[in-house]
Order: sequence, then structure tokens, then C-alpha cells
Amino acid sequence: MKLKQISVFVENKPGSVGYPCKVLADAGINITTLTLADTKDFGILRIISKNWQEAYDVLKARKFAVSVNDVVALEVENTPGGLSRVLEALERQGLNVEYMYASVFGVHNRAVLIFRFDDTDSAVEKLAGCPDLKIVDSELFFSLK
Amino acid sequence: MMKNYNPVSAQDYLPRELLKQIQLQRLQKIVAHEYEHVPVYRERMDERGVKPEHIKTLKDIALLPFMMKKDLRDTYPFGLFAMEMSDVVRLHASSGTTGKPIVVGYSKEDIDVWVSCMMRALVAAGVGPGDIIQNSYGYGLFTGGLGAHYGIENLGATVVPTSGGNTERQVMLMRDFGVTGITCTPTYFIHLCEKALQMGLDVRDFPIRVGLFGAEPWTEEMRKRIEGLSGVEAFDIYGLSEMSGPGVGIECECHSGLHIFEDHFYPEIIDPDTCEVLPDGEEGELVFTTISKYAMPMIRYRTRDITHIIDEPCACGRTIRRIARISRRSDDMFIVRGVNVFPSQVESALLAVEGSLPHYRILLTRRPDGLDNMTVEVEISGGFDKIKTLEELQAKFSHSVERILGIHAVIKMVPPNTIPRSEGKARRVFDNRMNPTNQ
Ligand SMILES: [Zn+2]
Repeated sequence: MKLKQISVFVENKPGSVGYPCKVLADAGINITTLTLADTKDFGILRIISKNWQEAYDVLKARKFAVSVNDVVALEVENTPGGLSRVLEALERQGLNVEYMYASVFGVHNRAVLIFRFDDTDSAVEKLAGCPDLKIVDSELFFSLK
Repeated sequence: MMKNYNPVSAQDYLPRELLKQIQLQRLQKIVAHEYEHVPVYRERMDERGVKPEHIKTLKDIALLPFMMKKDLRDTYPFGLFAMEMSDVVRLHASSGTTGKPIVVGYSKEDIDVWVSCMMRALVAAGVGPGDIIQNSYGYGLFTGGLGAHYGIENLGATVVPTSGGNTERQVMLMRDFGVTGITCTPTYFIHLCEKALQMGLDVRDFPIRVGLFGAEPWTEEMRKRIEGLSGVEAFDIYGLSEMSGPGVGIECECHSGLHIFEDHFYPEIIDPDTCEVLPDGEEGELVFTTISKYAMPMIRYRTRDITHIIDEPCACGRTIRRIARISRRSDDMFIVRGVNVFPSQVESALLAVEGSLPHYRILLTRRPDGLDNMTVEVEISGGFDKIKTLEELQAKFSHSVERILGIHAVIKMVPPNTIPRSEGKARRVFDNRMNPTNQ
């Protein structure tokens, strides 16, 4: 039910995002989702890959400041109000979202959003019992085109 | 008492009264020698109305004029030599980043004394025959390489003279030769450990157990990092070319200050402003007199290092006095917005924060309105996926620096391996304030 996300600490300057991506590409590792969260000084590159362990090892060996954590993929209707319905449902469950970002679009008019909860395990438990919300599991996630 | 006693270190354990007698005899002799052979110094003594025979007790050393680094530059190259060149068997020189280098010369006997002090330093760090010591100090004009080399060799340990550089090969040799100890700058050793990790090796798995680190000031926080990274016991060794080179003093196994080989290097602490001699225990500038070096004696040489003398007996049994670790060097000090700052203070502040790596540099710039900015770049380890966590870390660095220095610094956190590594002494401070194009 959970996905592994790789986070890489980068400087906020030209080229700092391209380098870790190149390292992964050279290692033949496919990136499914890539986002950058940044401030004026630094950024965090968040990567979701089927081969996350390999990605982590390759980056660690190259001395990147890298970490792994759990995130949850949720399906959202790709229509006006789709996102707010999901967020309202999460709020009703009392789940605290640390951050979120969009992942895959346009699958049967639905989108997939990635959520980082402060407590992923309890979030997954609550989400499973919630009919308004649909978790995209790892197998389905990586099969989406 | 006298744990791991080695006859090489006999002079470390002399009764204090006997040691003082030896010091006085040597001081009287060296002052007479200097007065006779070095006109520059004789003139200064004459100006003060001091003659060698006025030195009747150790306290009378206060009658003598000081020497400073400037004197070495002004008399470049051989103006302070007190022996004929035919009796000088070796010359060393500083790199001289600004202006003329400083030159030091040694007679055969001077070299013997230097080697004996280096041997005593190695023994204090628990090194002996059977040890294999990698000497990664630079060989050449710098005193570190040859100084450590002959100490190791004469002690009967095996020296691996790798000098600095070619770090991957150094890692390989360290493992393949079963090296048990290393001599280098603390910065270079950290670089070496990191290089090993990149090669898929962990220095903690190697037989190496001891390191003698010197040639640059380093902090207790840095010791913890080094010991955590490598598993070696880290000893602070002190020396300076003007005295001889490495082996003027070293920590014993108690790691509570550095024993000074004061039968050869007579220490004083002075108030740097008034030049008054301060009692043991009070902090001030460290001043040395080389009481048994004849080719180029240094009388009351002002080191610019700030410390105090510890005269309480040490648990190791040595009777030679200790100085507190030198974390502040007047030469390294810079002033930002009217506040005196030492790089070691910044080091302590940064390494006190969890998540920091022992690599940092300080950038000083001047804004168009004339105000100075201090930016501290520090490498951080991984483990973050939230911006909030990173911002909290940045705030922790900022508070830690402000608490210790009393001024605000801009903290720039950078990924590992961003700050250039040094193969010798680390350059920490980059002052661009007089260089507006580099802002
Ligand atoms: Zn001791």
C-alpha cells in the first residue's frame, strides 16, 4: 500500500538537479516521478522509482545526501473539485499531510497524487477503511502509463 | 604511574627541580651563544642593557627581548643563524603565502634533539617498534614530513612515507600494509576516511588504531568525528617550524592538554597586549625559547597561539608541564562587525549540531553599504525529505553560531563533497572584503 520515495538534498543552483538524475540514468534506473521542492537556498529532489533500493545505493555510493521514506499514492478524480474532496476526506480522518504532489495524470480521467503523512502506517490504516479514498498500490502505480 | 614506560621518554619524568636546573643551564648557554653570534639580537639586548650573565634564574628570561615572525622575514634568509653554514645540515622553509618565506636551519645536534622529541611524542601516543606508521605529512620544505619520518624510524617503528596526495593509493596501502598509525593533518585524515568509504572500504575495519594529528588547530568536536569515522584514538600533536617542527608537545593517553618537551622548549604565557609574563593557569599568548637549538635559536618567540599552562601533575606520571589544546591562533582570527572570530569557534558551533559533516568554510564579503557579511557553508548528511526539517536544521546552525560568536551568520547548507578537500592544512576562511569584484 505504501511507496518508497527517495529524497536527495541539492543546492539551489543550476545543474544541481541534473546531476543526480544523470547518475541514475547512467545506472539504467528508470524514474517514474520526479519533483523538486525548493527554497531560495536549497532544494529536495523527490524521486519515485520501481528500483528504489538500487537508486538509493547508487546515490549513496556517490556521496549524495539521500534518504528513503514511505509515501502513499491516492487516486483523485481529474475534475474540478476532485482534489478538494480528497483533502476533505483526509481531514475528516484527522490525517496530517506533510506535503503532496501530483504524479500520473490522465488515466481514465483520474490522477494520482503522492501524499507524505507524518505517520504513514496509521494513515494507511485509516485510508483503507475509508470508501471515498482509493489507495494506488505499488503494482498498479508502476503499471500506469 | 609510568604506564607503558619507554626509556626514550626518560626526560618526560624528571623530578621538577632537576628539570628546572637543566632548563636554567641550557637557557644561560643558549643566550650566551645567541648574543655572541647573532648581531641583530645582540643589539636588541644591548638596547635593553641586558647581558647574558644577567640570566641567573629562569625568571630572568623576562629580561630578554621577544622575537616574532616578522624578525624571521626581516632577516631572510640567514640573518638569525647562529652557526656557520658549514655546521648547518638542513634547511626548511614555510610556503610563504604572503611575502617572503621563513627559513629555519639545523645543526646535526639540532636534528638529533628534534628527532628525540618526535620519538617521545610517538611514545606518548602509544607507538613503538612493531607499529607501521603512515606518514601523510607533506615531505619537502615543510617540516611535517621529514620531522615525523625520522622520529618514527629512529623509534624502531616502520614508516610508510606516503607524503600527501594520491588519496586512493593511500587508502589501499593503509589496508594492504596493515598500517597501525598515521601522522597527518586532521582534515586530511577525514578526507582519507571518506575516500575509503567511496571505494567501498571502512577504515574502522582496518588495523589502524592511533593517529597523531597536527599542523592545524582542531577542536574536541572534531576529535569525536574523527574517532567515530575511523575508530582510531586521536592525539593532538603540536609543533611549529620556528621551534623545530612537529614534536614540540603532544597529548598523552589522558587527552587533557599537551605535554611540552620543556627540557628543550621553554614555555611562557604572556599578555599579548602588555607582554607581561602571566602565571601558570592564566590564558595568554604562548611564547617559546629553544633552549637546546644552536644553528638558529629562537629566544622568547611569540607563537601567536592562545592557551594556558597546566602545571598540575598529570595522571600519566609525566612531570613536564602541559598546555591546554590550542584552539585559537591569533593569526587565524578575523574581525566581523567589530567581533573577534576564530575559525575553531565556528567549527565547534557547527559540529555541535547533529546532521553536520566536518567540512565547512567561512566566506566574508562586504556589502555596498560597508557592512560585513559572514556566510558559513557547511556540509550536511542525508536523512531529510521535508523542507521543514531542513529549515529547522538551518535554524539550529544559525543559533549555535550566534550563541558562540555573538553575531549572526548566514548559514548555507550544502550536500556532501561540495566543499573542496585539502591534502594538507585546510583553508577555512575566504575573505573577499577587500576584493569587491568577488562579491
Ligand atoms: Zn600526561
